Amino acid sequence: MQELIVSLLLLAVIVAAAASLIWIGRRKDGMTGKQKTMMLRILIASAVLLCLQLIPAEMFSRLDGVWFPSVGRWLRFVCYLADYLIIGYDILKKAAKGIRNRRVFDENFLMAVATVGAMALAIYENGEYLEAIAVMLFYQIGEWFQGYAVGKSRRNIGSLMDIRPDYANVEHDGKLTQVDPDEVEIGSIIVVQPGEKVPIDGVIVEGSSSLNTSALTGESLPREAAVGDEVISGCISMTGVLKIRTTKEFGESTVSKILDLVENASSRKSKSEDFISKFAKVYTPAVCYGALALAVIPPLVQIFLIGVPADWGAWLYRALTFLVISCPCALVISIPLSFFAGIGGASQEGVLVKGSNYLEILSQTKYVVFDKTGTLTKGAFEVEAIHHAAMEEGKLLEYAALAESASSHPISKSLRQAYGKEIDRSRVTDIQEISGNGVTAMVDGVAVAAGNDKLMRQLNIPHRDCHQTGTIIHMAIDGAYAGHIVIADVVKPHAKEAVSALKRAGVEQTVMLTGDTKRVAEQVAANLGIDEVYSELLPADKVEKVEKLLERSSGRAKLAFVGDGINDAPVLSRADIGIAMGAMGSDAAIEAADIVLMDDDPLKIAKAIKISRKCLGIVYQNIVFALAVKFACLALGAAGIANMYLAIFADVGVMVLAVLNAIRCLFVKNL
Amino acid sequence: MKKTYKIEVDCANCANLMEDAACRTAGVQSATVNFMTQKIIVEFENGQSPEAVMEAVRKACKKVDPDCEIFL
Repeated sequence: MQELIVSLLLLAVIVAAAASLIWIGRRKDGMTGKQKTMMLRILIASAVLLCLQLIPAEMFSRLDGVWFPSVGRWLRFVCYLADYLIIGYDILKKAAKGIRNRRVFDENFLMAVATVGAMALAIYENGEYLEAIAVMLFYQIGEWFQGYAVGKSRRNIGSLMDIRPDYANVEHDGKLTQVDPDEVEIGSIIVVQPGEKVPIDGVIVEGSSSLNTSALTGESLPREAAVGDEVISGCISMTGVLKIRTTKEFGESTVSKILDLVENASSRKSKSEDFISKFAKVYTPAVCYGALALAVIPPLVQIFLIGVPADWGAWLYRALTFLVISCPCALVISIPLSFFAGIGGASQEGVLVKGSNYLEILSQTKYVVFDKTGTLTKGAFEVEAIHHAAMEEGKLLEYAALAESASSHPISKSLRQAYGKEIDRSRVTDIQEISGNGVTAMVDGVAVAAGNDKLMRQLNIPHRDCHQTGTIIHMAIDGAYAGHIVIADVVKPHAKEAVSALKRAGVEQTVMLTGDTKRVAEQVAANLGIDEVYSELLPADKVEKVEKLLERSSGRAKLAFVGDGINDAPVLSRADIGIAMGAMGSDAAIEAADIVLMDDDPLKIAKAIKISRKCLGIVYQNIVFALAVKFACLALGAAGIANMYLAIFADVGVMVLAVLNAIRCLFVKNL
Repeated sequence: MKKTYKIEVDCANCANLMEDAACRTAGVQSATVNFMTQKIIVEFENGQSPEAVMEAVRKACKKVDPDCEIFL
């Protein structure tokens, strides 16, 4: 029965090997030279093995006595040996080298000992050579598959992350020449045609286009860009031709920095990786000694204590089975691959993770601390409402914008923006800024005062308070109260959703820190459903608050701080994990943070946490699954129930399944 | 001083062994092998010439895994 199964398996291997040689081998990116040769060896060895299987041992024994008594037996051995060497010569060679280098416990050694042992048993009994060769064959198939799958997924993930531009167009005497982006100097003019990537950061000097930033941010909505706008490398220009004056060298451009960051991310190893590599160092020798003990102790016990025959062959076989299971590769490969795929998948979504370790910490995040301005709110003031206007609202806004026309305060800017039309400075005279309170001016010959309640009191004009939170600009025209304009920092469209998504993702507590006034802070927090608020903080206070929160969150519950990276670098580095948002183009934020969200959508925080949870989940699945199968097989092998085929499955099968499982980390789009 | 070299290594456990071997080589302060990107990042001790140390690292790595390669 078992032989029939093996024969069928061999047939399947032959077909699959031939097919893969024809199909994958033909493609350019298919197999490396090494892999092709290996596949060919697998094909030949399995074909020969199948043929030999079809010739029964009796056929050979008929040759006995032709030259010397057991000639058939030896001929049969030589045939099988040839096949064994076709598939396994390199393993034997490597094992020999390993012994010479005093490194006995590697998998080559294990496979060599196990299969040579099985061959020796077969010679002794003139029995089944099939097992030794099949074990070697399946081991090689497993190795091949591992190399192929890992190489393939590495290339796939790599190409997903590859936003590297291949060239830059430089205009030279009216002609475009393609040059290496590395060679373009700061201040050169480069041309980006529709469909091309912007190779280097710069400022548009001619043309306009919509830019596809999805490679950087995961955001599918294109951005409009025109003359004077800064563009960052990695965006794809979709509609128009752009002439860009470069402001950075290629090596300093956003795209190079991101590539560098993501590529090196997997070099920062996570705790699970460290655990597994330590475990592997103990596991392999332990199993080898176990095998040695299994080969020696039970037979001795049988002879001397129980008084039954030793049965050396059976115990030796069990010990060899042990050796086959001892390779830790499935464990060792699946974990970095999971992290690599997770980091790759996250970068597709515009979440840059700087290291496997950060992905691991992020998955344990229970506290999320936000900075308000720029993180939950846009950080840009906008006119939210106009109340009690004594005239047409537009007219009031016009007066306000004109009176504030000389000021560079963000509030003045937002008033001018809300007015939206060209400001004719000649209409305004006698501008007086009253520091901290507002301005008075003559607009079209009318006295205008715009400012806070203190200004109104100063001018002895009765004003009306506002129920809305935000910054209130009271207006007085010609000495009479004319209403007020409410200006507020606008909450980001997804902020509320983001907070509830975090809760759903398992975050226990959300905290908001802000330098803003208590009233504004509390209203925003209540609106968004944030648990705790600390307001009126100076940047240094924020560090202190985070430290206090860190003390409270001990052990496995980690604290993440989310900021816009502009003046919160110390807090970003103090928290267990620092997340910078809207960091596209901001070097400081990319430096300081552990995780960088390329666009400024707060929903991405929850997404990042979900990605990390999924990735870590897969890592644990792989660890538990691989260990469980290995230990189960070890137990069965010691009891004599598992044979070498099962052992090979424990080795190769688990590895294949773990690799396939690891690849799932890449699919994070719909989390 | 830190330097990054391209490597070729087929199995993940071998990569771990290489990392170990590299770390134990004289003149190396720390070494990290990144199996996924096929790179080794070596931090040299002060005053060591990377060329000489890397020759030794390569030899040490070849000992633990004859199949591996470091492109210097």
